[in-house]
Amino acid sequence: MSMISPFILGLTVFVLAVFVGYYVVWKVTPALHSPLMAVTNAISSVIIVGAVLAAGSAQDFTTQLFGFFAVFMAAINIFGGFMVTRRMLDMFTPKK
Amino acid sequence: MKDFITSIKTCFSKASKDASGGCPLSSGSPLALYGLLILLSAVSLFLLRGINSPNLSALLYLTAGTLFILALQGLSSAKTSMKGLDYGMWGMGLAVLTTLSSPIVTSYSWIFAGIVGGGIIGSAIAKKIQMTALPQLVAAFHSLVGLAAVFVAAAALQEPAAFDIGSIGSIAMGSLIEMGLGVAIGALTFTGSLVAFAKLQGLVSGNPLTFKGQHLLNAILGISLVVLIFFFASSESHTLFWALTGIAFLLGFLLILPIGGADMPVVISMLNSYSGWAAAGIGFTLGNSLLIITGALVGASGAILSYIMCKGMNRSIFNIILGGFGGEHAAASAKGAKEQRPFKAGSAEDAGFIMKNAQSVIIVPGYGMAVAQAQHALREMADILKKEGVAVRYAIHPVAGRMPGHMNVLLAEANVPYDDVLELEEINRDFGVTDVAFVIGANDVTNPSAKTDTTSPIYGMPILDVEKAKTVIFVKRSMSPGYAGVDNELFYRDNTLMLFGDAKKVCEEVIKALVE
Repeated sequence: MSMISPFILGLTVFVLAVFVGYYVVWKVTPALHSPLMAVTNAISSVIIVGAVLAAGSAQDFTTQLFGFFAVFMAAINIFGGFMVTRRMLDMFTPKK
Repeated sequence: MKDFITSIKTCFSKASKDASGGCPLSSGSPLALYGLLILLSAVSLFLLRGINSPNLSALLYLTAGTLFILALQGLSSAKTSMKGLDYGMWGMGLAVLTTLSSPIVTSYSWIFAGIVGGGIIGSAIAKKIQMTALPQLVAAFHSLVGLAAVFVAAAALQEPAAFDIGSIGSIAMGSLIEMGLGVAIGALTFTGSLVAFAKLQGLVSGNPLTFKGQHLLNAILGISLVVLIFFFASSESHTLFWALTGIAFLLGFLLILPIGGADMPVVISMLNSYSGWAAAGIGFTLGNSLLIITGALVGASGAILSYIMCKGMNRSIFNIILGGFGGEHAAASAKGAKEQRPFKAGSAEDAGFIMKNAQSVIIVPGYGMAVAQAQHALREMADILKKEGVAVRYAIHPVAGRMPGHMNVLLAEANVPYDDVLELEEINRDFGVTDVAFVIGANDVTNPSAKTDTTSPIYGMPILDVEKAKTVIFVKRSMSPGYAGVDNELFYRDNTLMLFGDAKKVCEEVIKALVE
């Protein structure tokens, strides 16, 4: 196992995840395509993981600043994306 | 070991609370619950840091990735969608918590400043935004993901040790290629989405902007981008990094500029997909499986949506990217439209009378309804008709509006029952047995020449067969052709009634006529 490069392992995960995404997304009902976009937008902000590392572990000020901006923008997306999705889905759920 | 078990328990107890009682963040629950949540997070953060196990972190990332998949799966029906959203939020919380617990994170001030600042702004925007402005919002959000990817890549290049991917000058070539790709896609997404935002917001004209040699310029920029990534990967030069970022910025700008307003559903889906690929590219650079999984999910999702939108217009993705669609044809048809043909313009009273005496009405909403914010008035009109015993349903074309599912959201906002809203394949056959098709703010998606006229630019596009209804009522602002610049022969038929005016005002007038 030690011979396998991290790239190949990553590629394995990537290809499988593309397939999972493909099958899951085809099942999404067309009426919910807008919420789908908003929620995928929110979860793609998981890039905040990289941003947190930059902002929290860097020694260099420039890197910290880059990290801060990335965290800031990803956070706008995460909060905004999830909340706007919730607003949309609220409308689709019948009120009792 | 004991710590390990407790920490897992804390994670699971949070997850199970979500499953039973819904997300506490959403349901407006008391302050105590927020406090508890923060306390739990702090405790698990502390424990995770104490355990300091990369394997545990990897497992938690995997859990977060699985939760994201469940979030998308929840959207397969309206019933399960809310729960899916909760899964997504928990997944995100878990991912951030796991990263914060990483031993290489030593200072929290920048992180919290970013999260709190971004959180406040993001929440405020999400609360205030009008549903008609949704496409702009999504475009703006995409641009932020793109820019965040650029910043993360820049940070990784500046100080690779912070990400555990080597030291300056000795980053593996593979990582550099991934970094180059990630930053290029991220930069492209950023400027591309900015242009899309500006067009949707009406800051720049929605018309396609084209100039001579555009395709050549784009091709040159695209090739130089690939070459630069190659040289960057072999040299780790910071200058080349910024050069390729700059070119990608320019390319994103130029690629989206020539694409017209009605092609925006495709553009937004495409940029959605790009933002996913950019995240995956950064995931490869940092060797983070969660980023790779999520990027792949989002990338696939955006690609599928683009495909569905393209199919809805019977155009290839290349055709749309190469752009310039609306402009040329509008010019061509302007020449042919010289002869005036007679059409029947009706009043709101006429329309109200016809619909009141009909047994079934199918409403076909389009972008014009969104622009006029007519969804509430429209629903009110439909309610009155229903009370009169008329069967009212809505037919949605895949590319109606400016983003996938745009019309569904607007109708849902106006409290139109979910079951009354049907997709093209579900309802198209019913037009033949329908008394009235009420087309409001839509045009090209009803044009029968898409079936008959092989020379028409919209030939082959699947359309809603409103022509088969006994009477067709068009609510339009003027006789001007639709986006594709094609005249709609339905306007001139005997059984067609044209209602001119703002969609909302027309609906209100029809309501008035119905009530009297």
